[in-house]
Amino acid sequence: MLQERIPDLSKCVEPDRVRREVYTDPEIFELEMQRIHEQVWIYCGHESQVPKAGDYYTVQIGRQPMLMVRGADGRISVLYNRCPHRGNMMCGDRHGNAGEFFRCSYHAWTFQHDGTLRSIPMMESGYAGTRYGRDNPDCSMKRAARVESYRGFVFASLAKDGPALTEFLGASRVAFDDMCDRAPAGQVEIVPNCFRVIQHSNWKIFLENQLDALHPSVVHQSTGRAAHEVEKQIEKRTGSAPLSYHMLSAFATVTIDKWDNFQTLNYPYGHCILTGYMGLRPKDPDTVAYEKTLIKAYGKQRTEEILAVNIHHVLIYPGLSVQSPLQQLRAVRPLGVDRTLTEIWHFRLKGAPEAIYRRSLAYYNLVNSPATLINADDLENFWKCHQGLASDGGDWVSFGRHHGRDIEKDGRVETAANCGTSEAPMRNQMKAWAQYMRA
Amino acid sequence: MKQQHEVEQFLYRQADLLDSKRWQDWIDLFAPDGVYWMPADPSHKHWDGVPSIFAEDRNLMDVRMKRVLHPDAWSQRPMWGTNHVVSNVVIQKASPKGEIEVRSRFHMMELRRDDVRHFAGSYTHHLKKTKDGYRIKLQRVDMTNAQAAYDYVLQVWV
Repeated sequence: MLQERIPDLSKCVEPDRVRREVYTDPEIFELEMQRIHEQVWIYCGHESQVPKAGDYYTVQIGRQPMLMVRGADGRISVLYNRCPHRGNMMCGDRHGNAGEFFRCSYHAWTFQHDGTLRSIPMMESGYAGTRYGRDNPDCSMKRAARVESYRGFVFASLAKDGPALTEFLGASRVAFDDMCDRAPAGQVEIVPNCFRVIQHSNWKIFLENQLDALHPSVVHQSTGRAAHEVEKQIEKRTGSAPLSYHMLSAFATVTIDKWDNFQTLNYPYGHCILTGYMGLRPKDPDTVAYEKTLIKAYGKQRTEEILAVNIHHVLIYPGLSVQSPLQQLRAVRPLGVDRTLTEIWHFRLKGAPEAIYRRSLAYYNLVNSPATLINADDLENFWKCHQGLASDGGDWVSFGRHHGRDIEKDGRVETAANCGTSEAPMRNQMKAWAQYMRA
Repeated sequence: MKQQHEVEQFLYRQADLLDSKRWQDWIDLFAPDGVYWMPADPSHKHWDGVPSIFAEDRNLMDVRMKRVLHPDAWSQRPMWGTNHVVSNVVIQKASPKGEIEVRSRFHMMELRRDDVRHFAGSYTHHLKKTKDGYRIKLQRVDMTNAQAAYDYVLQVWV
C-alpha cells in the first residue's frame, strides 16, 4: 500500500529536488489522476472541432473517457462517454456526428446532445412503477461538473468546486490571447488533423521538458546543424531559404550559452511561459502583407502591441503546451505511469493570408508530425529518463540549476537576468503538484 | 511485360535502398523536383497546404539524411533496422513519353532495440523515364497505420 510506503507525499518534493517514485510509482499515478487531472481544468478541444449540431469528439480527462459535443442550440457539452443503462460506451468512434440525438448501440436508449434522457424503448410498459424514467437524473448521461470556454478553447473540470477557468488560467491566458489576436478576425479555427504520438515515459517528463532551455542545444543539435547546412546551400543557390529552415537551424545557431538570455515566468497552479528566441518577425513580402491585414483590422498601435508579444511556449499545467506564435498546441493525455499520449493540433488564423498558414504548417509538419525531425530525440531521452528513474541507482531528480536566484514578485517567479536555463519551471510545476497531492 | 518488369525492379530497389540505409542513393532516385509524401489523411489529393506526416522535397530529404548521420542524433544510437516487402504492383497509367503512375502495396517490419513494429500500406509512384533509368516525381505513401496513434515516431522514410 502506498500509505505504508510513502505516508506523506508532500515529503517527496523539496524546493530543488523530487523523489524518483513521483515519476514511476503506479499508485502515485492513480492518485495524480484522482487529485489533479480529474479535478482541475483540462483542455477538451476547440469549438471549431464540432461546428454542427451533433458533432462530437472523444477526449480523455484523467482516466475518464469523455465526449465534447455540440447541441442543436449551439451549446457545447462535455459528457461521460457512457450509457447510464448498462454502462455501454456511447460513441465508439474517436469523432463523428451523433445525428439528432445519441442512441446507445446496446438497448437503444436515446439522449439529447446535452445528455438528458430522451427515450427508452417501450418506456411506459417497461418502467412504469420503477424508479427509472425521465425524472431520475441517473437515467441521463453524466455531465462533466463544469465546462467553460476561453476564446473558443473548451475546458472541463470533473470537480464541482474550484477556481473558475479564467482564475485558474491566470497569466497563461496569454497563450490563447496571443494566438487569437494574431488573427485579423480575432479568432482561430482548427486545422482538422490531429497528430497523435505516444511517449514511453511519465507525463511530467514531457511537461518539464517544454520549458527546459538547456536541452535544445544538446538534444536537437543534429537537426539544427543539418538544417543550417542545407539552409546555407539554398541561400547560396536562390538568395533566401524558407523560414522553416530557420526554425530548425535556430536549434544549432542559438548556442548553448545564449539560452541563458531568455527568460521563464512562473505562475500559480504550475503554469509557465518561456520567452521567444526564434525571431519570427522577418521582413519578407508575406510578413509585410500579413501585417497590413492586421493594421487594417486593429490599427497601427494595437498591431504593434500584438506583434510585440514574445512567447515561445506557454505551459498550462498539467495538460497543455501551447506555441501561440505558430498556432499549435500539444495536449497531454496520461495513459499510464509510463505511457503518455500527446495530441497535437494546428490552428489557422482567421483572416490572415494563406502564406502565414503555410508557414506555421511547415513547422507543424517538421516538428510535430509522427515523422518529426525534433521530437524523435526528445522521446528517446524521455524514455531513457524514465528507465533510469525506475532503477535503484539514485533516489532524487535534481532541479537545482540557478536555484536561489529566482525573483519573486506579484505572485509570479521570474528567472533572473542571464538565468534562462534555470530549472525554475520544473520547481514551479512540482510546487503545484505537491499542493494538489496534499490529501 | 518489359515495362511491368522494369517498374517492379525499380520499386524493389527503392525499398532495398531504405532497408540497407543507403540514404543518398535512395534520395538520388528522385527527380530534382521530386517529392516524398505521406498524407495525414487518405482523402488528401495534393501534398501542398495540408498537414502531412512527411512532405519533403530533396532539400528536406537532405536535412533528414544529414540529421540521421550526425553523431549526436541520439535516437539513432540504438540498433534498428527495417525490412520491406513490396507487392501487388499495378501500372495505372503509362504515357508514350515514359511517364508512369504505378500503385503497389508494402509491408514493413521495424526492429528497434527489442521492439518490433509493423507498418503497411500502399505506394503510388509517379515515375519518369530518363536516360539513367526511372526517376521519382512523386512517391505517395498511404500508410494504413496513419490514422492510429504512433507508438514512438518514424525516423526515416517508409
